[in-house]
Amino acid sequence: MNKIFISGNHTFAEAAIRAGCTCYFGYPITPQNELGEYMAANLRNNGGVFVQSESETAAINMVIGAAATGARVMTSSSSPGISLKQEGMSFLAGFELPAVIINVMRGGPGLGNIAPAQGDYFQATRGGGHGDYRTPVLAPGSVQEIADLTYLSFDLADRYKTPVMILGDGMMGQTKEPVLFPEKIKSLPEKEWALKSRGDGPSRFMASLVLDTAEMERHNWKLERKYQQIADNETRYELYKMDDAEVAIIAYGTTARIAKGAINRIRNEGIKAGLVRPITLWPFPKKILQELTRTINQFIVFEMSTGQMLEDVQLSIGGMADISFHGRPGGVIPTPAEFARFVYREYQEKKGLKS
Amino acid sequence: MKLKNEWPIYYKKDVVTHYCPGCGHGIVHRIVAELLEEMDLGKRTIGVNPAGCAVLAYNYLDIDMIEAAHGRGTAIATGIKRARPDLFVLSYQGDGDLSAIGTAETIHSANRGEKFTVIFINNAVYGMTGGQMAPTSVLDQQTTTSPMGRSPDVDGYPLHITDIVAKFHGVTYAERVSLSTPKNIRRTKKAIQIAFETQVDDLGYSIVEVLSPCPTNWKMNTVDSCKWIDNVLEKEFPLGVLTDKREKK
Ligand SMILES: Cc1ncc(C[n+]2csc(CCOP(=O)(O)OP(=O)(O)O)c2C)c(N)n1
Ligand code: SF4
Ligand SMILES: [Mg+2]
Repeated sequence: MNKIFISGNHTFAEAAIRAGCTCYFGYPITPQNELGEYMAANLRNNGGVFVQSESETAAINMVIGAAATGARVMTSSSSPGISLKQEGMSFLAGFELPAVIINVMRGGPGLGNIAPAQGDYFQATRGGGHGDYRTPVLAPGSVQEIADLTYLSFDLADRYKTPVMILGDGMMGQTKEPVLFPEKIKSLPEKEWALKSRGDGPSRFMASLVLDTAEMERHNWKLERKYQQIADNETRYELYKMDDAEVAIIAYGTTARIAKGAINRIRNEGIKAGLVRPITLWPFPKKILQELTRTINQFIVFEMSTGQMLEDVQLSIGGMADISFHGRPGGVIPTPAEFARFVYREYQEKKGLKS
Repeated sequence: MKLKNEWPIYYKKDVVTHYCPGCGHGIVHRIVAELLEEMDLGKRTIGVNPAGCAVLAYNYLDIDMIEAAHGRGTAIATGIKRARPDLFVLSYQGDGDLSAIGTAETIHSANRGEKFTVIFINNAVYGMTGGQMAPTSVLDQQTTTSPMGRSPDVDGYPLHITDIVAKFHGVTYAERVSLSTPKNIRRTKKAIQIAFETQVDDLGYSIVEVLSPCPTNWKMNTVDSCKWIDNVLEKEFPLGVLTDKREKK
């Protein structure tokens, strides 16, 4: 297999098809339109299902219907459309149905703009929809990783019977890079739990209405045990130049890439900075941060928001180390030079070297 | 088509109904169960039940079912039917569900000509939540949210959604029926049978709107409820075949 030069949005789609996704439902929104367009061109003529729905609400409910039959299903959108999908995501979580939801984030709130942003972190990691549930959230840091994580997301969704979100942004979606795709999946295990019509067996139903409070509580705890398992087994992160680091930068997705550029600059200035890049935003890589506080006491959180992942960092290591924050919300893309200056100043200040 | 005296195989046994005395939902469930048996469809059916008084339909219908969020039945049915075109798919919905919160899903699934059947229970109120005004409530109808009667000035007019979708090319069969008399109930069964046949023959979207009594929220006894359907509801929503494009397809 050779590498293909391809955009992030097309990569989401191609990787999903290779992962055995046979049904896609979605509604156009910038900056992720190329994803649905790729599905329209490549899914139907291979016997798959592509429906351009009347809204994101309809799309996520079509996802529920197709997922209930056991198909591998995906939908995608950008921030405002993801808000409309939250109702359905709550139902997917309650029904324990696997599905993959892609959010190519843009500036907000409201219509905001179509530039890359990271303002949907709270919505993605804190459930978003109503009720007591969690959604595993994967954050790719390159187009290659979009391919790998999209592929993985279908496995996670099936293994844990849960919706899985991939949180990208307009920059990730529009960037073109060489990508080596995983092999196309040939066959998938039968899903025993799926609705297939009763045939000669007993009938089954999927309901999210649980009027008996004791039963609802049991269901809530059952879900929680599953989420705990996911946290134990599936937490992922990347460490970059952390071996000798005295300053730890924490960033995901596009800002992580910018941070890498910044780290190379400040290392030239003699400051040993490294990067912790959460790949799963939920479950959040708490433990590694806690371990790092043994040797590092300066942490810098970097986001294209006013500080959302920052709260997870504070929850993980608050009181154990210094945490500072650099954020550029609204679709502004910070530069490596800008962030390098910020890190440099913070470092000097902490060392008492402030000029 | 002969009526059976035995218990329909697709109607669960030993269950106590939660529907109020005189409610139309139970009658339509029974008709659906009988037809799934008579037409030999139950084994390959997936039903979608709504948020509404029929939210517990899976307690009665002995077929595979999935519960929709309020109004989303036809989107879920779209997902099921597209993923499994070989199955028989049914969406069962109330008037609030189908013609208020789910209007977009109703219109667009119909317009796409999705190859499933919609059973639309029009009882002119929100039954489940305690009798609030529905899009289908008639003018002057008193409900808990139109206590002085539905006024066109502030509440608008009764919505004829089945008439609207009947105009779509994608909608092959649409009929409005009533449960007010035994004769009307027999016609209801016939209409649902035709709608089912439309799907079995792969001819496109079919919908049957059923004018259905809700004695509890209408605050009437069962006999008066049936008379109210005949004398009031049916005047706003005349019975009959609204479209039949089976020959053209
Ligand atoms: C999003 C959402 N909004 C509101 C409700 C509350 N709710 C449940 S059923 C219903 C109306 C049911 O009326 P209808 O569809 O006419 O069915 P009926 O009970 O009359 O058969 C409402 C408003 C809900 N479940 N979900
Ligand atoms: S409230 Fe009305 S629709 Fe609901 S069960 Fe009672 S009679 Fe039937
Ligand atoms: Mg109603």
